[in-house]
Amino acid sequence: MSGLKGIIGAAAVAVGLVAGAPAALAAGGGHGPELKHQSWTFDGLFGRYSEKQLRRGWEVYEGICKSCHTLDYMHYRNLEQIGYTEDEVKEIAARFEVQDGPDEWGDMFMRPATPLDGFAEPYENDAIAMLANGGVVPPNLSVITRARDHGADYVYNLLLGYEDEVPEWATEADPTFSLAPGKSFNTFFPGYAISMPQQLFEGILEYSDGTEATPEQMAKDVSAFLQWAAEPELEERKGLGRMVLLFLIVLTGVLFAYKRELWKDAH
Amino acid sequence: MSTTPDPVWSNRAIKWFDRRLPLFTMMHKELIVYPTPRNINYWWNFGSLAGVALVIMILTGIFLAMFYTPHEDMAFASIERIMREVNYGWLIRFLHMNGASMFFAVVYIHILRGMYYGSYKAPRELLWIIGVVIYILMMAAAFLGYVLPWGQMSFWAATVITSLVTPLPFGETIAIWLWGGYSVDNDTLKRFFSLHYLVPFLIFAFVFLHLWALHTTKSNNPLGVEIKKPADTLPFHPYFTVKDSVTLGAFLFLLCYFVFFAPNYFNHSINYVMADPLVTPEHIVPEWYFLPFYAILRAIPDKLMGVVLMFAAILVWAALPWLDTSKVRSGRFRPTFRIFFWIFVADAVLLTYLGAMPAEGIYVTLGQFATAWYFIHFLVVLPILGKVEKTEPVPESISAAVSAEHQKEASA
Ligand code: HEC
Ligand code: HEM
Repeated sequence: MSGLKGIIGAAAVAVGLVAGAPAALAAGGGHGPELKHQSWTFDGLFGRYSEKQLRRGWEVYEGICKSCHTLDYMHYRNLEQIGYTEDEVKEIAARFEVQDGPDEWGDMFMRPATPLDGFAEPYENDAIAMLANGGVVPPNLSVITRARDHGADYVYNLLLGYEDEVPEWATEADPTFSLAPGKSFNTFFPGYAISMPQQLFEGILEYSDGTEATPEQMAKDVSAFLQWAAEPELEERKGLGRMVLLFLIVLTGVLFAYKRELWKDAH
Repeated sequence: MSTTPDPVWSNRAIKWFDRRLPLFTMMHKELIVYPTPRNINYWWNFGSLAGVALVIMILTGIFLAMFYTPHEDMAFASIERIMREVNYGWLIRFLHMNGASMFFAVVYIHILRGMYYGSYKAPRELLWIIGVVIYILMMAAAFLGYVLPWGQMSFWAATVITSLVTPLPFGETIAIWLWGGYSVDNDTLKRFFSLHYLVPFLIFAFVFLHLWALHTTKSNNPLGVEIKKPADTLPFHPYFTVKDSVTLGAFLFLLCYFVFFAPNYFNHSINYVMADPLVTPEHIVPEWYFLPFYAILRAIPDKLMGVVLMFAAILVWAALPWLDTSKVRSGRFRPTFRIFFWIFVADAVLLTYLGAMPAEGIYVTLGQFATAWYFIHFLVVLPILGKVEKTEPVPESISAAVSAEHQKEASA
């Protein structure tokens, strides 16, 4: 039986590692304020999305972010998953123009998007995107929470992490630090100098559900939206996962009891 | 060893078949009555778990390959499509991803079990060496597979690892041959996909040889004494089929915890950024199961020596049956060996940690000490220890030890 105890011990260590991991949140260069962890509806064993929040997040994306950032791998039809009706999605899609063709004259043409189309790209190509953004292509946002440590927490803190002037702690840590023209100071961006200007200001947007659109509220909603964009399977995954884990606990327990019974006289 | 006669089949079809190809007799002999030491503990369950993990990897891999596109411009997007559009694609992919980590965890325990109980000693040397071959093939499979999603870490890991050959004689030529060009690119990706599909089936073949050798020598056990009489054993079924299913349940639980609730726990977030040959990530770190060997590679300032030592760190396992000179097989009766065994485990854990740290300052020095100890353990400690160590008395047989324990329990 000592073997079994050892194995359970090792498993406990493994689970401990998992539980302890999110505790250590570090900021952009490790000198400024700590990354603030938000409480998200999608955290934990029973986590799920709030459709209302995701729809507000979509309003922020459509109102602000879409002029620079793509949502690759996604289609307008995906918006039905966050509670828009079929007609609403048609209407939303029609607000975007996508390229189609060639038509019978051999020309490419623009037409309003349909729900089956992928999300429209803001720039025709990377060269134009770079020209418009100080030499950097704004990254695709549909996988961003998976592609950065601390996921939605990182995006939230990043969007609110702007400073008008280079703060003292940064020059203390690195006296040679200076911002190149066209860059902004962001506490949470690696290296602090980011090519995306601050986006979220008081009064830049009105939510259709009447929620007050403070920068914090918008940051939270759009970060949750991007989490959904990156992990649209999350609710289904956790739901199925709860059933599977429950089943496996019962199964393992029954097997263990059966093993004890079978081995009673065999030791 | 088995005294059970071959079964007499009553089903006529089975009888007909078995007379011409004794498949059923073989299964009866190897899976049902197969005599297994009655005293093996739960650490002996990890071989069957590794087998299940291999099957999970092959099955999920076959389905992934139906949707994956091995092309530098499409690989990353095809994975996203699997996760978003393919029915339960996310489940299949997360099982495959986390399955690899669990597979390595299980096999590491399996190997350490063998080291602790001296399972590599005569007559099990070949069984052990086949195991080492399996482990090397596993490393190949995992490395090749990690490149396929074509994220930043995929690309740069491929670049770093393939360029390890460059310090060898004709290294440049070998590298170009491996890449199918002058750097890691589309041709590299395509051949990696082809080989990634091949290697697991090689592993499968070697597992078959592994089990063949195992059933020839029979399992070792915590006492390290050979099976001497029928009372030392129990039939494989139902005793060990049922015992193995208990740990199978626990294994699946742990795997499913990660798959459903922390699917990217073992992953590097930067691997969700598409490969870009022009942008080198700040830290290039391999998956956790390669970290000890990565630490050994980086501990040595000379690139060629580093590569040689890294491969030697695995190949030295194959010499273990001859490096360990002790007449006593099991660590249970070797008190001094036990201390060194745990120091070795601690050393391996330290190397794992160092592999994840940047190669600078104190980490380099520590890495050199840990690497030195790794080899000292195999090349100095084990050969000498076997000659000078005072071992404890080994029981005469498994059943004698088992009944002695029962008496102790009864009188207590
Ligand atoms: C004016 C164009 C523009 C707009 C509008 C914009 N961004 Fe950006 N964004 C950029 C650029 C350019 C970068 C690249 C920054 C860099 O690498 O320095 C970027 C980078 C990012 C990043 C990645 C940071 C990293 O870690 O690399 C996130 C996340 C992000 N933007 C979110 C948003 C969100 C959310 C919105 C809408 C509220 C938004 N952006 C609106 C231009 C824009
Ligand atoms: C694909 C990976 C592997 C699979 C599927 C596998 C499978 C198995 C199985 C089913 C057993 C019998 C049960 C047990 O004793 O735990 C076994 C025994 C054994 N394996 Fe493996 N194995 C793998 C890798 C390895 C490796 C990498 C090594 C060593 C380097 C190894 C060394 C051994 C030894 C020495 C035994 C006999 C142990 C004893 O009887 O004490 N195996 N293996």
